[in-house]
Amino acid sequence: MKKIKFDIEKDNLILSINGDILLYDDNENKQKLYNAAQNDKITKIVIDATQLQQWDSSLVAIIFELAKIALKRNIKPEKINFPVGLDRLINLALSVDRKPAQILENKKTFLEYVGDWGVSVYNGFNKGTDFLKQSWQALKRLLSGKSVMRGIDLSFALEDCGYKAIPIVTLISFMVGLILAFVGAVQLKTFGAQIYVASLVTIGMTRIMGAIMTGIIMAGRTGASYAATIGTMQVNEEVDALKTMGINPVDFLVLPRMLALTVTMPILTMWADFMGMLGGGFVGVTMLGIPMQKYWDMSVSAITMDNFLVGIFHGLVFGIVTAICGCYYGVHCGRNADSVGLATTKAVVASIVWMIVMTGIITVACEVIGI
Amino acid sequence: MTESQAKIEAKDLNIGYGDFVLLKDANFQINEHDIFIIMGGSGCGKSSMLRVLTGLVKPLSGKVFVDGVDFTSASVKTKNKIMQGNGILYQSGALFSSMTLAENIALPMQLYTEYSSSQIKELASLKLALVGLAGFEDYYPSEISGGMKKRAGLARALALDPEIVYFDEPSAGLDPVSSKLLDDLILDINQTLGTTIVIVTHELSSIFAVGNNSIFLDGETKSILARGNPNELLKNPPNEKVLQFLTRGEGKNA
Ligand SMILES: Nc1ncnc2c1ncn2[C@@H]1O[C@H](COP(=O)(O)OP(=O)(O)OP(=O)(O)O)[C@@H](O)[C@H]1O
Ligand SMILES: [Mg+2]
Repeated sequence: MKKIKFDIEKDNLILSINGDILLYDDNENKQKLYNAAQNDKITKIVIDATQLQQWDSSLVAIIFELAKIALKRNIKPEKINFPVGLDRLINLALSVDRKPAQILENKKTFLEYVGDWGVSVYNGFNKGTDFLKQSWQALKRLLSGKSVMRGIDLSFALEDCGYKAIPIVTLISFMVGLILAFVGAVQLKTFGAQIYVASLVTIGMTRIMGAIMTGIIMAGRTGASYAATIGTMQVNEEVDALKTMGINPVDFLVLPRMLALTVTMPILTMWADFMGMLGGGFVGVTMLGIPMQKYWDMSVSAITMDNFLVGIFHGLVFGIVTAICGCYYGVHCGRNADSVGLATTKAVVASIVWMIVMTGIITVACEVIGI
Repeated sequence: MTESQAKIEAKDLNIGYGDFVLLKDANFQINEHDIFIIMGGSGCGKSSMLRVLTGLVKPLSGKVFVDGVDFTSASVKTKNKIMQGNGILYQSGALFSSMTLAENIALPMQLYTEYSSSQIKELASLKLALVGLAGFEDYYPSEISGGMKKRAGLARALALDPEIVYFDEPSAGLDPVSSKLLDDLILDINQTLGTTIVIVTHELSSIFAVGNNSIFLDGETKSILARGNPNELLKNPPNEKVLQFLTRGEGKNA
């Protein structure tokens, strides 16, 4: 005998349930049943569970669907010998006390999408400039001695993006110097000009590579941690607690981090320049056979103040950009764990994008003023 | 009790987020020294109401007066002043995770009082002892249990001897005994310090044990369905919904 069997007798739909209904998955039969119930002829639904033994949610789901169809058509199903538990579950499922206040519209026209996108870009721009304004005001408060920023937070932040960042910056910039030297040497060797590897590495590192590498490292290391830390504080209501204590979260959380990164980035950039030159020197001396003294002299003579300062300036700008992106996405983080992940991702991506944009702007500016 | 002055007054409050309205035209008063309960079903906007009362979120329209001062549209300075007179215990405690318990409690004192650091230390220990956490000064929030976090959060809320303390679901996630202890603590604070207390909760035992005034928010009609002493409300429920809520859905004969 079929487990779920139904017959139509005149205008009655008679359903009988037999035996164990566990993990019921005869979708074809189910569909037929629903279709039958929707038939206009039907004015009465009888569900007979006399033969039912064991059952699980798969049966509840079927009865629930049927009950909903019946409800829509104003039919009250007649239940015969229903197990008490099953009956209560169905009643519980049917007794929705509140529907969601807003029904999410997901059918939007193309124009609406474009419109929404435009609005969100506009809002994002406003939020961004607002954040910059707040940070600027926080800085002014600090300078006029009215800030609630604590020295200890600044020193923690300095420590975190200062000497704790040195190992990774050292490693990466040494490797970059090494790679620059290698790649350059292959070409320069064909002209017998491998001594110019020293100049190549020095100019490359000091002008831009040192700053870029440090910037990317710090975006991934520190910018991300800023977004995650402040975002988590948002989730834990810590930011709310600050606000309701009358403490401005920008003064308290954002400012020390921004200051720390702005101060340490130029210094780290200098260090990266130096380590890159060492990396280049390592290749020059051990593989190209350039005497150490000679390599050193070539390197030093290739350093120009312009290049060096432009590099440091890049570092400074990247520091500010990374700090702003990290803190901005932290402060505007949502209220669950998911949004912390999202904030972190956005912070790193935005930092890197803005670094590239700023590099472009600085390069054009340097071109114009002729550095 | 004689006619006491309204400590907090809500006038024609509309609360919501953007186009989404949660409550319309809410008017109520919270008297000084009251233990005032904000109750209602899940999602009806109790926490949102608390955020408006504490100045964290602006109402869509309407005003909140604290001690007769318009809090909603006050200048930043006035607002901060009022906020410093508020202590708030958040649903999760909201302790600063990078600071020890003592540092958490010391923070508002460092910022807003002239006490020396040794005095602050003493006071922080005292506040911790008041909530039964003596000896936990140097623990970090991650090293203590949820109930202890709540109590530590309360100690921080009491740091500046506030005139009003707000609680969001104080007993959520606490075992019955801890929750009773917290209720007792709330009563103690109210009676010994004369603090006005505003509690968002749907814990019936707490409502009847501590509350002496209340409002009942309803999400469907977006309005205040009932107000007054919860014990009186239970005796003379103004409507079916309030009765159901106060008797856990069991109706009259509960
Ligand atoms: N920041 C927000 N933006 C938009 N909608 C929100 C926001 N916060 C809360 N809501 C909505 O407001 C409604 C009420 O939320 P609220 O947290 O005030 O409820 P509640 O009464 O405290 O509920 P519970 O008893 O479950 O804590 C919910 O439907 C929620 O979706
Ligand atoms: Mg809530």
